[in-house]
Order: sequence, then structure tokens, then C-alpha cells
Amino acid sequence: MNVVAFGGLLFLTSVVAGLLGALTGLGGGVVIVPVLTLVFKVDIRYAIGASLVSVIATSSGAAVAYVREGLSNIRIGMFLEVATTLGALLGAYLTSRLPGSWIAIVFGLVLLYSALVSIRGHDVHAVATTPGPLAAKLQLTGCYPEGGEMKKYAAERVPLGFGIMFGAGTLSGLLGIGSGAVKVLAMDNAMKLPFKVSTTTSNFMIGVTAAASAGVYLARGYVDPLIATPVMLGVLCGALIGTKMLVKSKPVTLRKLFGYVIILVGAEMIYNGIRGRL
Amino acid sequence: MERLSEHQMECMIATMLKVGVSLAAALVVAGSLLLLHQGHGGLPDYTHFHSEPASLRSPVAITLGAMHFKARSVIQFGLLVLIATPVARVAFCAGGFLRQRNGLYVAISSVVLMVLLYSLTKGAH
Repeated sequence: MNVVAFGGLLFLTSVVAGLLGALTGLGGGVVIVPVLTLVFKVDIRYAIGASLVSVIATSSGAAVAYVREGLSNIRIGMFLEVATTLGALLGAYLTSRLPGSWIAIVFGLVLLYSALVSIRGHDVHAVATTPGPLAAKLQLTGCYPEGGEMKKYAAERVPLGFGIMFGAGTLSGLLGIGSGAVKVLAMDNAMKLPFKVSTTTSNFMIGVTAAASAGVYLARGYVDPLIATPVMLGVLCGALIGTKMLVKSKPVTLRKLFGYVIILVGAEMIYNGIRGRL
Repeated sequence: MERLSEHQMECMIATMLKVGVSLAAALVVAGSLLLLHQGHGGLPDYTHFHSEPASLRSPVAITLGAMHFKARSVIQFGLLVLIATPVARVAFCAGGFLRQRNGLYVAISSVVLMVLLYSLTKGAH
């Protein structure tokens, strides 16, 4: 294959990955790494390098819309970024120490988890309006627009949320993905923040988390210009189209269907990892 | 100095992110066109990992290469701008918290900023 055909094919694949990632909320990274390794037979280190770069682009691109609507919480995001960036450094360090087959197995497990969360949907839970002592001290409160009025909220179980965020950062740095599913787990399930605030703040944090491991990836030579270019541009295009489509409809059927596909892909990654083929 | 409202800060962040991503995308596209024009020497073997040359791995080397219009360096410089965008966002927030006289969050943003700068400068060690 020549360079132009390779780049073109990667670009088109990445547009689809970005589109599906945005429509389902799973992110482009969970699709692009398996496709690059299983279909294009690219070494997993180049794959996660290109994926991570595309994650920064889509996170920053989509944040533009969310931040203006006043849904994401800058203080909560910044506080939790202490955990995710430190985790990302650890993850990026582990990537250079672990064999590719191990990374593939962990990747497969994260895919299975993300798919299950996506299929099951989220539970609606009560939101605290007055902060506990720790949340008050750390100013982890805010308000968001819902049904025409501003509703107050405060974070609960701050240490647990912080701990899960460290794990989310480690996975992001290890696998070159945004690990949005784990970030939402920390904010929605552990800290009991409103779901909309959790998803948008998570998206907002993804770029900063990814930037923390991107420096390490770059220095170790995981970021190849010929792979990263079509992947970054393609995923960004796909994600922007997907975000626009999301405003009009909520594709529940597509999300579930895609969830099952991701389960198969996750199983394939684990199988190939165990057989030592990646 | 006039205090910065939360909403003003959010809008400025949004603009900054937009500019960063657009600039990065433009540089990457320009580098790709340059690559096609300069000739690229065929498709490398990506099935095995053999790292990138030193000229494409450190921020300083990438910037120097981009200034000499080396195609791969221009692309890599675009990706560097992309990586720098969230870093600039954190620095900007630190400034915003400073103007809000929120000492706690100036400190928290500074910690995040230091982790990011550490990764970019000492990432390989």
C-alpha cells in the first residue's frame, strides 16, 4: 500500500470511529486502537500514540460547546485533574514497561466495561444541594441549567471520587484513550454529581489528562506523523458531525447495538493478547 | 483589577481551545501537503515498533525541524500545538483563579500545570 492510500483509508476509518464514538459517548479512542491493531496490523504503541492525540483534539473541540452552555464545572474538573494527570504519568510509564500483549488484554477489559455501561444506561440518583465539610472546603459545588432554572449541586464522597479518577488517568495513559466511562463512574456514581455535569466535566478533563501522557508518548516515539495525522483529522471530523447529530436525536438503539459490537471487539483484543499476537 | 466572572472565564477558555485545535489541524494539513510535495520515501513498516527518530521526539528538535520546513517536523509541530492546548487552558485557569483571588485553586491549577510541564520536558526519563 502506498502512503496516500494508507492515509486515505485511515482517515475514512477514523471519521467512522469518531462519529460512532461521539454518538455513543464512548469516544473515538476505544474504536480506533482495535481497528489499527486488528485490521491495519499497526503495532499497539503506534496505535495508542495516534489515538491519544485524537483524544486531545476531540475533547478540546467538543468542550467548546459544553463550556459555553455552563454545564461543566471548572473547579471540580481542575481538582480532579490533579488525580488524572498523576495517574496518566504512571500509565504512560507502565506502557513503556509492559509487553504489548498485556496492554491489549487490559484494553479488552476496559472495552468490555465501557460497553456494559453504555448498554445498561445510567441510574438517576438524588443530588446533594448542600456540601459536606470536605466538599465545602474544596469548593466542589456549582449550579447548572435544568428545565429553565438553575439547580444547585455539591460533590459527595470526595476521596473515593479522587481515587477512581487516579485510576481513570492511569488507564488513559496506559491505553491512549479518554477513559470517559471511568471518569463518569467517579463523578456520577461516586461523587453523585448530576449526570450532565459529570459527562461534560469528564469530557473537559479528558484533554488535560491526555496531554499529561502525550508528552511521554512523544518522547518515547509512539507518535508517528503518518499515522497520527489521518487519525487525528478523521476522528475530529467524525466527532464534530456526531456532536451536531446528537443535538437533534438521542440514538438509544445505535448505542446498544454498538455496545454489543464493542463487546466482541474487546473479546477479540483479549484473545489476541493472550495468544501473544499483538 | 476587575474580577472575572465564571461565565466570562468559560467563554474565554472555549475560544482558546477552538483556536488551539484549529491551528493544530491547519499545521498538520500543511505538513501533509508538504510531505506529498517533498516526497516521503514509501510507507514504513508499522507492524513492529521501532520508535521515531530523535528529531521527531523532543519539543526543541521538532520546533527546529519545523522552522526548516521539514514536512514530518511540521506535522509533529502541529501535534505539539495540540498537546500544548490543554496545557495553555490550565495556565489560563490559574490566571483566572488569581483574578478571582481564589488562592486554593491557584495552588491546585499550579500543581496540574507542573505535572503537565514535567511530562513535556522530562517525559522520557
